[in-house]
Amino acid sequence: MANPVWVYVDQFKGQATPSAWEAVTAAKSLAEKLGGGITALVVGNGVEGIAQQAFEYGVEEVVLCDDPSLLDFRVEPYAAVFAKVLAEARPKVVIGTASTRVRDLFAYASIDLECGVIVDATGLDVRDGSVIVTRPVYAGKLLCNEMAKKGEPLLITVRVRAFPAPQGGVGKSGTLTRVAPVLTEDQVPTKVLDYVVEEGEVSLDGAAIIVSGGRGVNGPEGFEPLRALAKVLGGAVGASRAAVDAGWIPYSHQVGQTGKVVSPDLYIACGISGAVQHQAGMRTSKVIVAINKDKDAPIFNLAKYGVVGDLFEIVPALTEEFKRRLGK
Amino acid sequence: MNIVVCVKQVPDTAAKLQVVDSHVTWGDSPLIVNPWDEYAYEEALLLKEKHGGRAVAITMGPESAIEALKTCLAVGCDEAYLITDPVLKGSDAPATALTLAKAIQKLGEVDLVLLGKQAIDGDTGLTPAMLGRHLGWTVLTQVIKIQDLDPAARTIRVERLLEEGRQVCTARLPAVVSVIKGINEPRYPSFMGIRKASKATIPTWGVNDLGVDPGRVGAAGAFVAWPEIYMMPVKETKVEWIEGSTPQEIAAKLADKLIAEKVI
Ligand SMILES: Cc1cc2nc3c(=O)[nH]c(=O)nc-3n(C[C@H](O)[C@H](O)[C@H](O)COP(=O)(O)OP(=O)(O)OC[C@H]3O[C@@H](n4cnc5c(N)ncnc54)[C@H](O)[C@@H]3O)c2cc1C
Ligand SMILES: Nc1ncnc2c1ncn2[C@@H]1O[C@H](COP(=O)(O)O)[C@@H](O)[C@H]1O
Repeated sequence: MANPVWVYVDQFKGQATPSAWEAVTAAKSLAEKLGGGITALVVGNGVEGIAQQAFEYGVEEVVLCDDPSLLDFRVEPYAAVFAKVLAEARPKVVIGTASTRVRDLFAYASIDLECGVIVDATGLDVRDGSVIVTRPVYAGKLLCNEMAKKGEPLLITVRVRAFPAPQGGVGKSGTLTRVAPVLTEDQVPTKVLDYVVEEGEVSLDGAAIIVSGGRGVNGPEGFEPLRALAKVLGGAVGASRAAVDAGWIPYSHQVGQTGKVVSPDLYIACGISGAVQHQAGMRTSKVIVAINKDKDAPIFNLAKYGVVGDLFEIVPALTEEFKRRLGK
Repeated sequence: MNIVVCVKQVPDTAAKLQVVDSHVTWGDSPLIVNPWDEYAYEEALLLKEKHGGRAVAITMGPESAIEALKTCLAVGCDEAYLITDPVLKGSDAPATALTLAKAIQKLGEVDLVLLGKQAIDGDTGLTPAMLGRHLGWTVLTQVIKIQDLDPAARTIRVERLLEEGRQVCTARLPAVVSVIKGINEPRYPSFMGIRKASKATIPTWGVNDLGVDPGRVGAAGAFVAWPEIYMMPVKETKVEWIEGSTPQEIAAKLADKLIAEKVI
């Protein structure tokens, strides 16, 4: 196991998460500069299929820990396996997607491994043999270049959608090594009872299109036209804090500094003024469209396309237009 | 119930930041309690009101961070401790977690530690899990609701907000819990509270008081270096106005643009 670059594949209920494979793209960019191939670590229950997928994405080696005790992600048993495997292999870096699970895992295991962690990378490079990680700080107002000072591996999470998903090849294979879990159930302090998943809605995490509403939607029913547009476009619905605080839409939809940081291809801001705290959550979107009554709203400084008008007229018209164009 | 709340002092979110030689400054903008940590102290106060016991606030930072502790006392925390020492300057998340862990151990019988989800300056969110590992306690991050807490049975049941939705889990105490917005509505300090806080004595601890090895904290102990900080390059996007005499005309023009952008 001499590969200098490893990937940790995030999964939920036995399926790799939509952004999990972006870590492979990030890893490839480093492996090209550092030399060597990529090893993936897969932990869970019923996750053999993920190992196979990893080979198809060009990973050469998979270390698999597949056990019923690892059905739900809990940081203690996952970190125990992670720390044991990585303490033996000691690669230069391990890369994972920036999910809640991976952040907790890397943080927890880093104490055992005595190594550094850098989260939310948006860029990776190699300078004089050292890995340089670029990440936003201070709510995205500043960028920071960070690197390991001591301890290997350096654990890095990459921000969702900062790297594209890799191209899959068919029928590739590689070396598979199985490892056993480290903790027994009675050593794990937490039991997962249930998941309450919001039905029928596209999650903001990893969404390619987000239609977002602010105080301008004027009430809970004001989100209906936005939902209709999001549905036609196959996107998710976001919100400003003002709309969330008013109780018009649950907190899980909030975009911004105290909400989610998103980076879709298209962000349509409807009735959102564009306060710095809102910008912190969406400024890296590829194309931003703003629909606002007020021509001087700060959101127009960020937007590529701006419409000065009433969202209740523009949004339904857009929905109809796209229904027609997309043949829905 | 003995609850410890970890708060960090950070520059106000609206502060105009400047970077000089990779050092971040914010002029005379005020320093505030990290917004996520307000939810942590509020939850501590709510739990204390329900189960009895005490809520103790701690912070690690420069001497000015005492102001953040005064806010905690003003809203109703019982005690506060400032961890400050020149050797702590330049600490990264593991060093911060180690120092906080030593302080919590020094405080004695603690059932629960509450933190914010992340600090809005460094934006790492690493401290809670690292602190839990140092203490050897249960770690529960991103908690949006404490459904139940049973001090006698030493258990806690929480809802955590994950990417896929809410996860409900039970866990053993003592626990390290990080909280997010939505868990409560933080109270404002009362006039009486502010007066009380201004008179309170806030003990100060240095690394020697805590038995922290100076080689493991500060710039000397850091696992990561951040030699370069700079302003986010501004994307020179000049807005292109989409106009028309009817909403339909505007919609058609905008649809053309977005399809040409290949984002739909
Ligand atoms: C510590 C801190 C953290 C914060 N975190 C966040 C965060 O995570 N996310 C966040 O969003 N905010 C956050 N905020 C709040 C932020 O400062 C703003 O208050 C908030 O973003 C404003 O929301 P808004 O744009 O919806 O409302 P407003 O600023 O009130 O803007 C409403 C806009 O709607 C327009 N409008 C009204 N009616 C119509 C109509 N019919 N058609 C078209 N346009 C219309 C108006 O012209 C106006 O521009 C935070 C604040 C603080 C202090
Ligand atoms: N210096 C500090 N002193 C006290 N608490 C801290 C400190 N740094 C971080 N924390 C706590 O850890 C949480 C997460 O911070 P961070 O890991 O830095 O993003 C914060 O919301 C605080 O509750």
